Amino acid sequence: MSLDKATVAKIAHLARIKVPDEELESLAGELSQILTFVEQLNEVDTKDVPPMTSVAAQKLRRRKDEVTDGGYAAQVLSNGPETAEGFFVVPKVVE
Amino acid sequence: MSYIQGETGDWEVVIGLEVHAQVISNAKLFSGSATEFGAAPNSQVSFVDAAFPGMLPVINEYCVEQAVRTGLGLKAEINLHSVFDRKNYFYADLPQGYQISQFLQPIVGKGEIVLDLPDGTSRTVGVTRLHLEQDAGKSLHDQHPSKTYIDLNRSGVALMEIVSEPDMRSSEEAGAYVRKLRSILRYLGTCDGNMEEGSMRCDVNVSVRKPGDAFGTRCEIKNVNSIRFVMQAIEYEARRQIEIIEEGGKIDQETRLWDTTKFVTRSMRSKEEAHDYRYFPDPDLLPLELDAAWVEDIKKTLPELPDDKKARFIEDYKLSVYDAGVLVSEKSKADYFEAVAKGRDPKLASNWVTGELFGYLNKAGKEIEESPVSAGNLGGLIDLIADNTISGRIAKEVFETMFETGEKAADIVEKKGLRQVTDTSAIEGSIDAVMAANADKVAEFRGGKDKLFGFFVGQVMKATQGKANPAMVNEILMKKLKG
Amino acid sequence: MTALTHLTMAEALDGLAKKEFTAVELTEAHVRAVEAVRPFNIFITETPDAALSMAKASDERRAKGSAGPMDGLPIAVKDLFCTKGVATTAGSHILDGFKPEYESTVTSQLWRDGAVMLGKVNLDEFAMGSATITAHQGETVSPWSPGAPGAWDRKIVAGGSSGGSAAAIAARAALGATGTDTGGSIRQPAGYTGTVGIKPTYGRCSRWGIVAYASSLDQAGPMTRTVEDAAIMLRSMCGFDPKDSTSVDMPVPDFRAALTGDIRGLRVGIPKEYRVEGLSSEIAALWDQGIAWLKEAGAVPVEISLPHTKYALAAYYIIAPAEASSNLARYDGVRYGLRVEGGNLKEMYENTRGAGFGKEVQRRILIGTYVLSAGYYDAYYNKARQVRTRIKWDFDEAFKSCDVILTPTAPSTPFAIGEKMDDPVQMYLIDVYTVPVNLAGLPAMSVPAGLGADGLPLGLQLIGRPFDEETLLRVGQVVEKAANFTAVPPFVA
Repeated sequence: MSLDKATVAKIAHLARIKVPDEELESLAGELSQILTFVEQLNEVDTKDVPPMTSVAAQKLRRRKDEVTDGGYAAQVLSNGPETAEGFFVVPKVVE
Repeated sequence: MSYIQGETGDWEVVIGLEVHAQVISNAKLFSGSATEFGAAPNSQVSFVDAAFPGMLPVINEYCVEQAVRTGLGLKAEINLHSVFDRKNYFYADLPQGYQISQFLQPIVGKGEIVLDLPDGTSRTVGVTRLHLEQDAGKSLHDQHPSKTYIDLNRSGVALMEIVSEPDMRSSEEAGAYVRKLRSILRYLGTCDGNMEEGSMRCDVNVSVRKPGDAFGTRCEIKNVNSIRFVMQAIEYEARRQIEIIEEGGKIDQETRLWDTTKFVTRSMRSKEEAHDYRYFPDPDLLPLELDAAWVEDIKKTLPELPDDKKARFIEDYKLSVYDAGVLVSEKSKADYFEAVAKGRDPKLASNWVTGELFGYLNKAGKEIEESPVSAGNLGGLIDLIADNTISGRIAKEVFETMFETGEKAADIVEKKGLRQVTDTSAIEGSIDAVMAANADKVAEFRGGKDKLFGFFVGQVMKATQGKANPAMVNEILMKKLKG
Repeated sequence: MTALTHLTMAEALDGLAKKEFTAVELTEAHVRAVEAVRPFNIFITETPDAALSMAKASDERRAKGSAGPMDGLPIAVKDLFCTKGVATTAGSHILDGFKPEYESTVTSQLWRDGAVMLGKVNLDEFAMGSATITAHQGETVSPWSPGAPGAWDRKIVAGGSSGGSAAAIAARAALGATGTDTGGSIRQPAGYTGTVGIKPTYGRCSRWGIVAYASSLDQAGPMTRTVEDAAIMLRSMCGFDPKDSTSVDMPVPDFRAALTGDIRGLRVGIPKEYRVEGLSSEIAALWDQGIAWLKEAGAVPVEISLPHTKYALAAYYIIAPAEASSNLARYDGVRYGLRVEGGNLKEMYENTRGAGFGKEVQRRILIGTYVLSAGYYDAYYNKARQVRTRIKWDFDEAFKSCDVILTPTAPSTPFAIGEKMDDPVQMYLIDVYTVPVNLAGLPAMSVPAGLGADGLPLGLQLIGRPFDEETLLRVGQVVEKAANFTAVPPFVA
């Protein structure tokens, strides 16, 4: 599989990573190399093989419906790059 | 079928709804922080909800139970094996950069909702699925001219997304669907249905087609937060689409917003680009496995739901389909009615509840829970009618006072001296006086003008300030007039 | 008496118990060692003040007779574990200034048991790498590098991603260190530095509070200089955590008690497919030597087959990046860490993530995004998950005829910084023996077994049945004793 520049630009946008135009070409080459490498999986017969989600052989544990967390807005906000009046602040979003 | 008249003929609107219903629970779906509405910003946020590095989700058992309960209430299949997936997208109020949701294997499969339409008919709408997911935080755009403020209190609260089949064909049906769904959720106690607080929000999928044609291209109107808006948005959107097609254009599949000030739908700029959510099973969670016996236990605790209650009201109380429908629309109304009807004439109870009480509540803008007249007091009033202490007409007067003051009917009757006159001699006295004062009319009556009977009744009642027993008045008056 | 920094944990515990020295003295020696290894760029954050006050508290506990199982032992923490009030970087620019308000479960258990924190050590950015050369804070140089510190003849890598942990122990700047292992990140650096590293069974150690790379593969584990020390430290790190849905509710055994030295009759599986291309002859020879050692101790070597092993790397390089692309979406400049402003929210995201993530992390996020995207999910991600199932089945089958598996840890001795760096795929091949273990969720460990012709360490890997770390440790100690690995790096603090 070989990725072109446009595809790399598209996935970079999807992943919200700014990639300078001049780097797209070489990045496309590196990613293509990796994709070519992983394509050997097509040799494996996986007919009727269930895809593995987790190796943990157990049921999903459930917790009780009790309030045991939260109530510490100051700590939640303490690492915020920009905060005001108890809120996180970001550039204006237009819906 | 209600078609919309266009320039080129009839059009049919096709509607499917995705309702996001906030699960009633103390704590969030995957964290232990509180879910209460209206708390100070970011005060109900844990490091899990704010997606700090290394934080992990652990599921709230009660939220799972609530989803199962809702599924059972919608007569739906419960999937004993379901999977949580990550829906990946970036948004300022989505801290993880993904929403934990259920994609290919939801907890609840196909079910149904019976709509009660205004004309008394009903119609069944298919429910495609119900799944559990996390709510996002809240973006506030009006706090600052160039900034958006983020409050994560809602982030991680459990939602049930309930998806309907595209089975609805008018805004009325869509309205009835949301009303009925809300009623069922409230009966079940799984969602408070409070649309103003955002506990229930609708995404409305609308398309139009010529009757008999294949489905048209749909637009999704996001986050509509009242039944009225759902209906208005559908009306507007259907018209908009019809106009575009009739002018030779085509509909772009897109996400739109209902503008609650301009009453139009408009394209959502932030959602313009094509989505690629990259769903995959959340590796922080394992598949959710339910025990069939546990589901059965929940089933046993289900309350009587509106459809069954309605059938029972019609069967046991002999109520009309319409009255039964009105009474079961909310559990609190049905409960009120049954408290009033207990040991009394159900028809009379129904008339008083749906007539006077609902009328007064409506005028006062009050919910039944806030009624100044308790079910017990309304029952007391009906008892006074039944044992002839007061007439139906006086009762209405008494009710008005009860609604104003919250007093008991018997107290008001006593205080105002409204007790019905059943003393034959007293009634005869009044009749004699009326007849004496209207000798000419007596003659006319006797000459064959039967219609004057009503006039005499009115005069007698007036003379007794309405307190005379109407049946006795009729009987004695007739006897005396026929002389 | 041996210098305090050269003691094993077991020896140090003994010395503390016998009052030969105090925890403060032991810690002071290590704090000086931490300063001495600065040229190797091992520590990202040194916490000498915290270390000394923890040591003081430890001495007080010991005086009262309430010392814990690791009381007074100075250790280093991989900078992937969140530590309350202490900067946690994951080796990334994007976590600039981030100070967690919480402590990871694993580290809090270490402190509960009395361990002393010397500081946070280097790693590959977000644990994505095999050499500890991709961190924003620079590359870690192995103390095994020949030449004088700062003027090395060859700058040798410490392996990765837990290279800072491995280097700290090898350089005698810590008695032990925490590591994490997603595809070999504990075992490979342990092998490269002549130290011991265990990746426990998936679910043994809580992942809560550890910066996530690939959730279905990540597992924390101890890195030490001896197998016995690994047993001591593993016991403190393991344990059920209700805050991690994948944590397993099982009792934690006294791993040290399993070190009986008796492996008579034990069947040691030798996977025939592991004689891969690129396996150096000296490593092949070391592997044979390892088999011979175990045979001498009474174990029975059996040939086993792991036919899908060769596809493990390919499956890994789909599954790990896919999970990572989603796990790293939270680094968006909104709630913590770096923010690079932009004209609007989208630009802010792109600028922040473009500047905050290094090249290897970006590559993996992009690959992960691609393999999950519409139209490619089944061909890549689902296929990889199916292959993962087959790899697990291979191990299940193999463990029907053996009790433990012996392999090399890495196909060659450590390389020098600058080598193998142009081609990402070449770099990935270093993990060929370690990655299948993560895909199957099994416990495994690397034990130092000898030196290569270049004078650099070589390790052997043991793979166990799920939750059978005890057999692993028992066999590991037999290998350790037989190998009698006493080599010390050219530089020690």
